[in-house]
Amino acid sequence: MKAVSAEEAVAMIPNNARVMVGGFMGVGTPERLLDELVRQKKSGLTLISNDAATPGKGVGKLFDGAQVSSMIGTHIGLNPKAQQQMLGKQITVDLIPQGTFVERIRAGGCGLGGVLTPTGVGTLVEEGKQKIEVDGKPYLLETALRADFALVHAFLADYAGNLSYALTARNFNPVMAMAADTVIVTTEHIVPVGVIAPDHVVTPGPLVDYLVANG
Amino acid sequence: MDAQTIIARRVAKELQPGNLVNLGIGIPTLVANYVPAGLRVFFQSENGLIGTGPIPEQGLAHPLLTDAGGKPISALPGAATFDSAMSFGLIRGGHVDITVLGGLQVDAGGQLANWMIPGKMVPGMGGAMDLVSGAKRVIVAMQHAAKGKSKIVARCNLPLTSARSVDLVVTDLAVIAFPGGKATLLETAPGLTVAEVLAVTEAELVIPDTVPEMTF
Repeated sequence: MKAVSAEEAVAMIPNNARVMVGGFMGVGTPERLLDELVRQKKSGLTLISNDAATPGKGVGKLFDGAQVSSMIGTHIGLNPKAQQQMLGKQITVDLIPQGTFVERIRAGGCGLGGVLTPTGVGTLVEEGKQKIEVDGKPYLLETALRADFALVHAFLADYAGNLSYALTARNFNPVMAMAADTVIVTTEHIVPVGVIAPDHVVTPGPLVDYLVANG
Repeated sequence: MDAQTIIARRVAKELQPGNLVNLGIGIPTLVANYVPAGLRVFFQSENGLIGTGPIPEQGLAHPLLTDAGGKPISALPGAATFDSAMSFGLIRGGHVDITVLGGLQVDAGGQLANWMIPGKMVPGMGGAMDLVSGAKRVIVAMQHAAKGKSKIVARCNLPLTSARSVDLVVTDLAVIAFPGGKATLLETAPGLTVAEVLAVTEAELVIPDTVPEMTF
């Protein structure tokens, strides 16, 4: 784990990168990294995020400046700009069920090729997918999802990069912290090693590549 | 009583002590307001919480404690938080006793369409497909008709949410279940006759010998 500034962290992300961002409607989202993505005008991003948040908040900021070319998520209904860009064919949007979304990312982080889920069987979601029966019940084969970068927001991070999360700001963060080549973390508080008890560490330090330092 | 109150109060009667319940946005959210005091029901919010409480008092909201719409909520004693993989494990794994969702259409076989209107409204399905596929009991809470058109249809022409049929539909006019895969009128709203409900319902309904009025 290396401590870097938000500016240095985002400078590592090239245009057209595939970026996973934690958060649920902007809650538990690494806002400082999103502000920096906006400031450095990164473009053509493939965004993997549960939702498009709202304009001006969370990943919604990336749609304000049309920095996203493609989104993989579960819901964009509360961001009119993302909707307009999708309907205007400026961006492609792959909408998938939320439970499938998180399991595909989990699979990507856990070395699995994919998962079998009953969700989506008999709906538009099954189009183009392999259907597999197990004990007479049909499942869809949903393949693993990974990214070049995961941008994660924690509540506490210690000097060793161990992370814990708070309340509903946990959401997709610990799952995404396993599913990208490079993991960049922002946190509400940086604390000495030992403040987070081993039993309370949710994301172990070795998974974190870069921790965005205070200030 | 207005339409939404009728629906929310009638759905609330379905909740049993100890149930783990997921409420969707819109009318389903109102159900929590009518759960009798002392009935130990656990509400799940799919963004990672069991034990959601009411909207916090002025000044007590926490930016990291929200519902699935991103709005501030509170947590009750005994609440638990978890990540999204566990949240949907609970949902898909059959650990949620009841899910209450809104609907665009429910058809005579109990199939639900509630996540998109092609070409018009494509917000994404969020957690709806997992909830309908995985919860033990699926209750749809919706207005009986929209813009004068019955939402209880012969066959859904909007994209389905799941191949699985729902268990109960509660509208401002009726309660409908699907025994044997056939839409069956269980109750009418107070003051309504069976004939009045049938007149505004597109789907064919099975009518039992007695169809009582809803009680709350």
